[in-house]
Order: sequence, then C-alpha cells, then structure tokens
Amino acid sequence: MTHDRVTYDLVVVGGGPAGVAGALTAALAGLRVALVDTGTRLGGQYFRHAAEPKPAPGLARFLRQGRALAARADVLLGHQVWNVSREPDGGLTVHCLTRRPAGERAVELRARRLLIATGAHDRPLPFPGWDLPGVLTAGGAQALLKGGGVLAGRRVVVSGTGPFLLPAAAGLAAAGARVLGVYEANGGLGLARHPLLALGKAGEAAGYTATLARHRVPYLTRRAVIAAHGEREVEAVTLARLDRDWNVLSSRVVACDTVAVGYGFVPQIELGTQLGCRTRADVDGSPVIDVDAAQRTSVPGVWAAGEPAGVGGWRLAELEGRIAGRAIAADHRADHRADQRADHHTGHPADPPPVFARRRERWRAFGAALQRAYPVKPGWQGWLRDDTLVCRCEEVPLARVREAQAMGATDARAVKLLARPGMGWCQGRICGYAVSCLAGEPPQEPRRPVAQPVTLGALASLTHPQTPATPQDPGDDPAH
Amino acid sequence: MTFHITVDGRPVPVVPGQTIGAALHAAGVRSWRTTRFGGRPRGLFCGIGVCFDCLISVNGRAPERACLLEAEPGDEVTTA
Ligand SMILES: Cc1cc2nc3c(=O)[nH]c(=O)nc-3n(C[C@H](O)[C@H](O)[C@H](O)COP(=O)(O)OP(=O)(O)OC[C@H]3O[C@@H](n4cnc5c(N)ncnc54)[C@H](O)[C@@H]3O)c2cc1C
Ligand code: FES
Repeated sequence: MTHDRVTYDLVVVGGGPAGVAGALTAALAGLRVALVDTGTRLGGQYFRHAAEPKPAPGLARFLRQGRALAARADVLLGHQVWNVSREPDGGLTVHCLTRRPAGERAVELRARRLLIATGAHDRPLPFPGWDLPGVLTAGGAQALLKGGGVLAGRRVVVSGTGPFLLPAAAGLAAAGARVLGVYEANGGLGLARHPLLALGKAGEAAGYTATLARHRVPYLTRRAVIAAHGEREVEAVTLARLDRDWNVLSSRVVACDTVAVGYGFVPQIELGTQLGCRTRADVDGSPVIDVDAAQRTSVPGVWAAGEPAGVGGWRLAELEGRIAGRAIAADHRADHRADQRADHHTGHPADPPPVFARRRERWRAFGAALQRAYPVKPGWQGWLRDDTLVCRCEEVPLARVREAQAMGATDARAVKLLARPGMGWCQGRICGYAVSCLAGEPPQEPRRPVAQPVTLGALASLTHPQTPATPQDPGDDPAH
Repeated sequence: MTFHITVDGRPVPVVPGQTIGAALHAAGVRSWRTTRFGGRPRGLFCGIGVCFDCLISVNGRAPERACLLEAEPGDEVTTA
C-alpha cells in the first residue's frame, strides 16, 4: 500500500471537463490539489483522445488546461476510486486502486475537500441478443474510436434515443464505417429541427448533420433496433417502426456486423451517496447529486460538478467545474483566515459571479429540454422475450424476473434479492434502470458500499480498518 | 511505431496508447471469454470500464477490464 502523507486541500475524482476545470481553478488559486482518474489520459467521455489527438471542438483548449494542471497538481491516472471515507478528524480518505505496473495495489489519499466529477455512462436497455459481441453502447463505440482509433465495425447500425447518438454516428461515418442509419426511438422533430440545433449548439450539431448527410446516413425517428441476431457475433438486427410509446408497428431484418445503442445516461453518483450526499430526481427521474449555487453538496467539504449533478453536455460540465473550483478556493481561504466573520457580512464569496450563474442556467435548461425531448417510453418492455437476459453479469433472463414478481417481489429490491439481477460485477450499473422499470418504479439511487469491485488482496494490503461514511445494513449483499 | 502483444500465442499489433480491448477489436477479435452459466461469448460492451463484460487475463494475472488496460510491449493475453 502507498500511504501518501500529504493532506491535499482538494482531491478531484474525474478527469473530464468538469474535473479538470475544477482542479485547475483551485490549483491556480494556490491550493494543493490531486486529480484522480481511471483512464490513462485526461479527457473523460467527450474529450477522450488518442495518444496523437485528432482535432475536435474545444479539445485544444482542454489539452492546454490539462498541461497547466499537470504543472501545478498531482494528476494520478490509472487510479480508480472505490470509496471515500470520513475520518474522525473530519478529513476525507480517498481509497484508490491502481493496476500497473504489477497487479492491483491500494493507494490512499488524504483530503480536506472532495470534488466529485465522475461523469456518466450510457444507459442501455435490454433487447433480445443485446449481449452478442458486436453490440456496444454508443459511448463504447465512440470510446474505441476516440481513444484507440479503432472502428467498432464495418456495417454499423446506431440506435436508441437522445442527441448524443449524432456525434457517435458522425464519428463512425467520418472514420470510414458504413453507418446504415441512426434509428431514434423518439419522434417528431427529425434532424432539421433537432434540439441540438434549436438550443444553441447549432455549430456543433450542424457539423454532425453535415457529416451524416455527406456519408448518406439516414436519420429516422420512431425506429429502433429491437433484436440482434447471430451465432457468436452480431450478423443482423431487427429494425422496427414504433408508435409513440415504442410499441412495435412493423419490423424488418437488416444485415450488419455492429450495433451502437444508447438510451440516455446514468450519472455516476455512488461516491456521493456513500458519503450521504442528498440526491434529487433529474428531469428523467434518475437520481443526481443535489448541489447549491456553488456546486456544494449537502455534505460539508464535498462538491459535485458535471454529469453527477445533472446531465447537460460538456460545456455545462466545464462551467460547473470552474464554479466549484472557485467555491472550493474560497472555502480554503476562509479556513485560513483567523476571523471568518468578514465573510458573513459580505454575503457568500463562494457564490458564482452572475455571468457564470446565468450561463449555467442556460445550459441546464438546455440539458432539461433534451431530457424532456428524449424520454424512455415503456414499449421497450414488449421487445423482450422470456429468455432475453435482463442482467448480463448474472445472466438473469426476463422469465426469472417475472417469476420473482409472481412470488411476491413488488419492488426492484425484492426482485434483486430473489432473481439476482444487478448482483454481479457491474453492481447493477448496466441493468439497474431496466430492472426498476420492470418492477414499475422510478430508478433507484445506488446503494453500493464500494464504487468499484475490489479484490480481497487489495483490501488486505490496507493497514487501516475501513470506516464507511454511512453505516451499511449488515444484512445487505456486499454487491448491492 | 506499432508493437506486438500475443493473444493465445498469436501476435497482434498495437498502436502505442491503445487498450488491450481496442487492439483485439482492431485485429478482428471481438470476444474473448464465455459466461459462467450460458457459455455466451463476451467482449467489449460499454467500452469505459462500467460493465465488466471485457474481463481478460494478461500475463497470468487475475482478470482485468480490457477496455481500460493499456497494452504494453510483450503483454501475453489468454482468452477463454
Ligand atoms: C456516446 C456519448 C457521446 C457524447 N457526445 C457528447 C457531445 O457530442 N457533446 C457533449 O457536450 N457531450 C457529449 N456527451 C456527454 C459527455 O459525457 C459530457 O458532455 C461530458 O463528457 C461530461 O463531462 P464530465 O466531466 O461531467 O464527465 P466525463 O467527461 O464523463 O468525465 C468523468 C471522468 O471520471 C472518471 N471516473 C469516473 N468514476 C471514477 C472513479 N470511481 N475513479 C476514478 N475516475 C473515475 C472517468 O474515467 C472519466 O474520465 C457524450 C456522451 C456519450 C456517452
Ligand atoms: S467493456 Fe465494459 S468494462 Fe470493459
């Protein structure tokens, strides 16, 4: 185990636009900062890039920020945070795992403050054949391309709902994949009136639209991939025309080798819920961390920025990171001032300047409008068959979920205990939303004592007993 | 300059900075393990470390996520 003896003024988890902006703002204000990210390069979802980056909107500036940060802070890449615990003295311990060079190793960082900037992941929905190799999330296909320069496949179908199918499809088409179409399950707007255009991202969206047009990629609404077929890999998909609730009107089978799917995002909030941060329901019902005007959570010393505080795109994420960084720097100054009363008289020095606050409101409204334009409709449940896996890790088919319900499981938690969906390696990240829908309830906030599975070997390398911030129900399954 | 890793003894080229998962995909290997119960083939799904579908054993170590692990010259990968 490495036990770094320094206590950082701020530890940031997440090296996307939110985390880098927050860390850099605080470091420029003189704070001792560490930033931790699982990835091998800074970037997060949107600014993910190869070792030799290709130009993309905003990327040059992000890379400059990253370099400025590396000169002023400890940037720990390849480190995954699995838990943050509160110490008796009020400080925080950030528990990380790193795998290179020689297997798993535990690293602990001491921090006075924490910024949660862990982003989000794609929200998939199950359908027959969705576990065949060649079916990837839209974010996964994009990550392969942006991070490794690798095309997910040659004949690709993009399907799901939401504005971010556009960049994923445009990226694949521009890199040489034959994109057979973008099949958007929701309807109405069409590409010419796409909300990305209507809501001020005109430049960016026009670029994607032009790319799709240039490569003759059709963009069709009220359509979706409802099944994938193949022996050991995807060989074809069933494409369906849908009514407004996503019930199937008609369908046809199309040959392809790859499917990229995504039905919105799941904000990664478990580090916040572990610490007891209050959550709220986002526009689409997903739990997100509740923050105030300065991006402060309900837990002292803990801030959140970017997607964990609500989905709204990379510009909002970066802005929230800057606002959080300023507030954290103000908090640090206040701690260092003998007489803090001055702050109480002059209002809230941590609150963002009005121009930041206005811009944030604008981007938040944009994010909310997108979520309203692209809801998940219940008809997808009709795409499943009895043997369709709902949980990929524990290989739980729909029939077992229905069986659990017939045995009296009335909510997602009871379904989990009886049929075990969400009890495997991914801890329900992939199937959690679907299981909640099948159980007829809104998506639940994660209750995971660890944000990532940890091996016993790594735990054994720790010398201190763990003190979880919130007591765990001893009867709970550890993977819960 | 590319280097090589071996997959079940077969050389697979890697562009520096690529993950094991990206290198396998680029070489046309899209599944590298089977599931415990149904024996279903699995490879990349989320691509960002969330789903654990892509677990793979490198240099005899315990399984790791291929989508996160950067390939290094001489890595030996075994698929199931
Ligand atoms: C397919 C797809 C396409 C998208 N396209 C666009 C687009 O075109 N335009 C746009 O504005 N937005 C797009 N987005 C949304 C995009 O995710 C956000 O706009 C932006 O990346 C959010 O920034 P962030 O800093 O909040 O999170 P991210 O950029 O996701 O960064 C979060 C970082 O935290 C790290 N992390 C998470 N958990 C841990 C942990 N426990 N320990 C250590 N590190 C951790 C991750 O590795 C990641 O690097 C897209 C998303 C997807 C999935
Ligand atoms: S592909 Fe999901 S964890 Fe690697």
